[in-house]
Amino acid sequence: MTGTIVVAGGSMGGLRAAEQLRAAGWTGSVTVVGDEPHMPYNRPPLSKDVLAGKAPFASLAFTPKASAADVEWLLGTKVVAARLDERTVALDDGRALSYDGLVVATGMRPRRLRCPGPLAGRHTVRTLDDAKGLRDELTGPGVRLVVVGAGFIGCEVAATAVRLGVTEVTVVDPLPLPMAGPLGELLGRALLKRHEERGVRFALGTGVAGFRGDERVTGVVLSDGRVLPADVVVESVGSVANVEWLDGNGLDLADGVLTDDRLRVGGRPDVVAVGDVARFPNARYDGVPRRVEHWSIPTDTARHAAKTLVAGLTGADAGPGPFAPLPTFWSDQHDFRLQSFGAPGLGTDDVRVLDGDPEGDVLVGYHTGGRLVGVVALGGPATATAAARYRAQLLKSPALTP
Amino acid sequence: MKVVVDMNKCQDHGQCVFAAPDVFSLDDDGRLAYVPDADEALRDEVEEAADVCPLQAIRIEG
Repeated sequence: MTGTIVVAGGSMGGLRAAEQLRAAGWTGSVTVVGDEPHMPYNRPPLSKDVLAGKAPFASLAFTPKASAADVEWLLGTKVVAARLDERTVALDDGRALSYDGLVVATGMRPRRLRCPGPLAGRHTVRTLDDAKGLRDELTGPGVRLVVVGAGFIGCEVAATAVRLGVTEVTVVDPLPLPMAGPLGELLGRALLKRHEERGVRFALGTGVAGFRGDERVTGVVLSDGRVLPADVVVESVGSVANVEWLDGNGLDLADGVLTDDRLRVGGRPDVVAVGDVARFPNARYDGVPRRVEHWSIPTDTARHAAKTLVAGLTGADAGPGPFAPLPTFWSDQHDFRLQSFGAPGLGTDDVRVLDGDPEGDVLVGYHTGGRLVGVVALGGPATATAAARYRAQLLKSPALTP
Repeated sequence: MKVVVDMNKCQDHGQCVFAAPDVFSLDDDGRLAYVPDADEALRDEVEEAADVCPLQAIRIEG
C-alpha cells in the first residue's frame, strides 16, 4: 500500500486518527500536522488538576500506540489552506503537502467576548499553556475571579478556583441556571445549590456588556448594569470550529465541517473528519447533523472515519456502516461527579428522577415522546455504576426516526 | 498480555468496563477491579479500554 494520508490537527483526534488508520490496515505514510508545540495531551485535567497545580505534562501526554511509531509529526505547524480537487494542503511555513487521503481533525478554539475593555487578565481554558497562564494569575493573594459562562468548563474552573483558595469566585450566565442547556432545570437547580454551598457565587440571567480597567481588567460590567470587581476573568462561552483553512472547496462549514453518516466530507471518498470539528448525523437519533464536544468523540470518530477512509482509498472492503455512537460525558466539580449516557439535551422537556433525590445522589432520565434518550447521574462513584445499568437500555433502543 | 492500571490515576469512571467487561469491573461501591493477566484473545477490547480511559491510566505490557 503506497500513498500518503495527511491528518490536519495534532490533538487527541489527530493521534487517534493516525493510530486507527494503522488499525484499519493503512501501511502507507501518515503525517500529522499540529499547531501546538506539544505532542497530544489529555485536556479534561486542564480545568481541574492542571489548574490546581497537581498534574505535570508527563501525566497528561498520550502514549502513542506502537503501531503508530512511524507516523511523522509536524508540530508547531498549522494547515492554512486546502485544495481538495488537487489533493494538497498548504502549511503556515510556506510548504505544501500532497496527499492521497485527508483527515480533518483541526478541532475548536474558544469563542471570545467581543465587548469593550482591556484584554489583559482575561483568559480561556483550551490548551495546556492557557491553563498554566490562568493558574499563575489565580494563585496570588486576594484574587477576585469572574467566570463568564456557567457551562461545564466554567463550573469546573469555578470549583477548582474555590479549592485553590481564590477569595471571590462569581459565575455569570444569561441563562437562569448553570448547565441548564444540556441538563435542564431539575439538575440545573440542584447544581446551583451545590455550588453556592461550596462558596461559588452566581450572577444569572444577565450577560456581559463590557470590562472595566485601563491596562488590565478590574471589573466586569453586566448587561443589567451591575459591576463585578475582578482581577481575573475566564471566558467560557463556547467554541468556534477551526475550519477556515477549508474555505473555497464548496463545503458546508456553517458549524464545523458537515459529514455524511460515514464521516466523509463533501461526498468525497478521500476526505473524512474526526473529533469535535465533525458535524455528523447520528443514526441512533434523528439524523440531524450535530457537532459533539465530548471527550469520547475523537476516539469514536477516529475508529469509524479511519475505516471509511482506508476503504475509500483502497477499495479493499465496503467500509463501515452508518456511524451511531452512544454519547457519554462526565464532569467533576467540587466533590461530586456528573456522568451522562445518551443524549439528555434531546429530552430536557421531559425530565424525571429515576432513582435517588436531587438533594443527594440522584439518577435523572431525559425523555422525548415518552422514550428514555439520556441518563445523568449526580453524586459519588456508586451513582455512576447505577447509571451504567441504563446505558445498556439506551444502547438497545431503536433509532428515534427510522 | 499483562494489564496494568495506575490506581493513583484511576477515578472509577468505568469506561473500561464497557469496552472490556471480561477484564474490568466495578464493585458495588463503584471501585475498579481488573484481571492483570488477560487472555491474548481480548487484546482488541483491552486496547479499546485503554483508549477510552478518561485518565489514561491503563497500560498494556507485552
